[in-house]
Amino acid sequence: MRATAASALGREAWARRLPLLPAFVYVFLVTQIPFVLTIYYSFFSWNLLKPGSFRFAGLENYGSIFTSESIRIAVWNTVLLTISVIGISVVLGLGVAMILNSEVFGKGLMRTLMIAPFLIMPTAGALIWKDTLLNPLFGLLPYLLSPFGLGRVDWVNQYPMVTVVTVEVWRWTPFMMLIILAGLQSQNPEVLEAARVDGANAIQSFRRITLPLVRPFIELGALLGSLFVVQTFDSIFMLTFGGPGEDTTNIPFLLYLVAFQGFSIGEASAIGVVAVIITTIVATLALRTLFSIFQIEARR
Amino acid sequence: MDTGVVRPKLLKSALGWLVVFVFFFPVLWMWLEALKTEPQAASSPPTIFFAPTLEEFQTVLSGDFPPYFINSAIASILSTFLVVALGLPAAYALAIRPVKRSRDVLFFFISTRFLPFAASLVPLYLLARDLHLLDNIFALALIYTTINLPLGVWLLRSFLLEIPHDLFEAARVDGAQFRHEILRIVVPLIAPGIAATSLICLIFSWNEFFYAVNFTSSEAATAPLFLVSFISGRGLFYAKLAAAATLASLPVLLAGWIAQKQLIRGLTMGAVK
Repeated sequence: MRATAASALGREAWARRLPLLPAFVYVFLVTQIPFVLTIYYSFFSWNLLKPGSFRFAGLENYGSIFTSESIRIAVWNTVLLTISVIGISVVLGLGVAMILNSEVFGKGLMRTLMIAPFLIMPTAGALIWKDTLLNPLFGLLPYLLSPFGLGRVDWVNQYPMVTVVTVEVWRWTPFMMLIILAGLQSQNPEVLEAARVDGANAIQSFRRITLPLVRPFIELGALLGSLFVVQTFDSIFMLTFGGPGEDTTNIPFLLYLVAFQGFSIGEASAIGVVAVIITTIVATLALRTLFSIFQIEARR
Repeated sequence: MDTGVVRPKLLKSALGWLVVFVFFFPVLWMWLEALKTEPQAASSPPTIFFAPTLEEFQTVLSGDFPPYFINSAIASILSTFLVVALGLPAAYALAIRPVKRSRDVLFFFISTRFLPFAASLVPLYLLARDLHLLDNIFALALIYTTINLPLGVWLLRSFLLEIPHDLFEAARVDGAQFRHEILRIVVPLIAPGIAATSLICLIFSWNEFFYAVNFTSSEAATAPLFLVSFISGRGLFYAKLAAAATLASLPVLLAGWIAQKQLIRGLTMGAVK
């Protein structure tokens, strides 16, 4: 008797699990096993271009990571790029979202045009900026800036990080705008009106009413955005190729150089392991925010 | 309406349009450059007024661009299909008749989306090399499936949670089988959810560059790689470059514009409706 009941329960559990299995097994195989192999390779010295160079290296790769100047620069560039891109695009995105949330002419068209930079293929966007807008000879921007004595500035080579940040801010501001706008639109206009009747000025009602309301949306945008911006590769590849020197080499680009230009499997793997540890910390924060937003949704 | 209301509206509109113009301008400029001839595109000072021509679009389309475009289409559409086919049952098992510890499973899925590509890059590359799957468009589609599946499961689940539970109960009393339940109830009800999920998958895989540049070379190269050939900037092919960039960006731009509502829901992983 009991055995049949137990086996029925077991069958029921498997019936529930079955639809999950294909996706679960697939993701597990393609992400977890390679990651274990990445950890394994990180303890070996192995260059694909040198046959027979495979040998156990212990912590050598990690040692060279923590002493190497290139890694320090790449980490610094990644942090600098991520913080400035997210910071600037959140502020700009909030501004644009507030304009689009108020009474303006052509709101729908404005929003449609505004999201275009996010949809444009990043490699295409970077190329357009580099060759047709910023090119010191034929670009539009040097031409427009020439009355101010900035006509022959070679932005990509003289201010590489500024260029990369500009292009990325151009791309991520619409993303922030969309998320913050959704937050603003969930606001009850009567509350603002009541605050105005009670004598609150624009700055007061922004700080006391609007900002607390959109804060979770700003956090969500900033955290999701930073998970993507940390991985910035396309625009660096197209604009500066990590240069001049190592001025715009971030962690993903360094990984590309080590793995696919240098073919140093061991070192690339060690960089991978360190990158995973850093990202896990950021992602945990992001997911916690996401879950808290879901709970807010559920309560409504 | 008195002037006291109209004036701030005008001012705000003007400011708003100015900002939007600045952000949209690079896209507009890309289109303008694409409609120029090469000498017009590489002139100093830049040509503002000109007679538009489709010459460069013809050059790009009759040249070696189409295979890249087709590869992009294969990788994006195939991986999107796989994401929905694998993701929908999984989302069902996490939302409607949840497995034990479904929250942990969900967390596992989504954590893999934000695992940096550094985590699995080297072994995947070695595996692809040993199986002779480098420069293979179907292998690239499988990689894109991996990238998008976690997000797909998460998104589809958030849509499934919105279906009233009674509907499934009613279906089960009728003795509906799982497959019928999925096809007859789930699919029609969450069609907008499937659309949103597909849109996000298409955007990410169409625009993807890192794996494309490292895992393909000629046969399976996708649209972004066609643009790489302009990177040296030696020859002055700005009009051709702009035409290629316009064509490469077109599918995602149109899809995103048409499905703006789905876009925001997808980008925020279902958190913002």
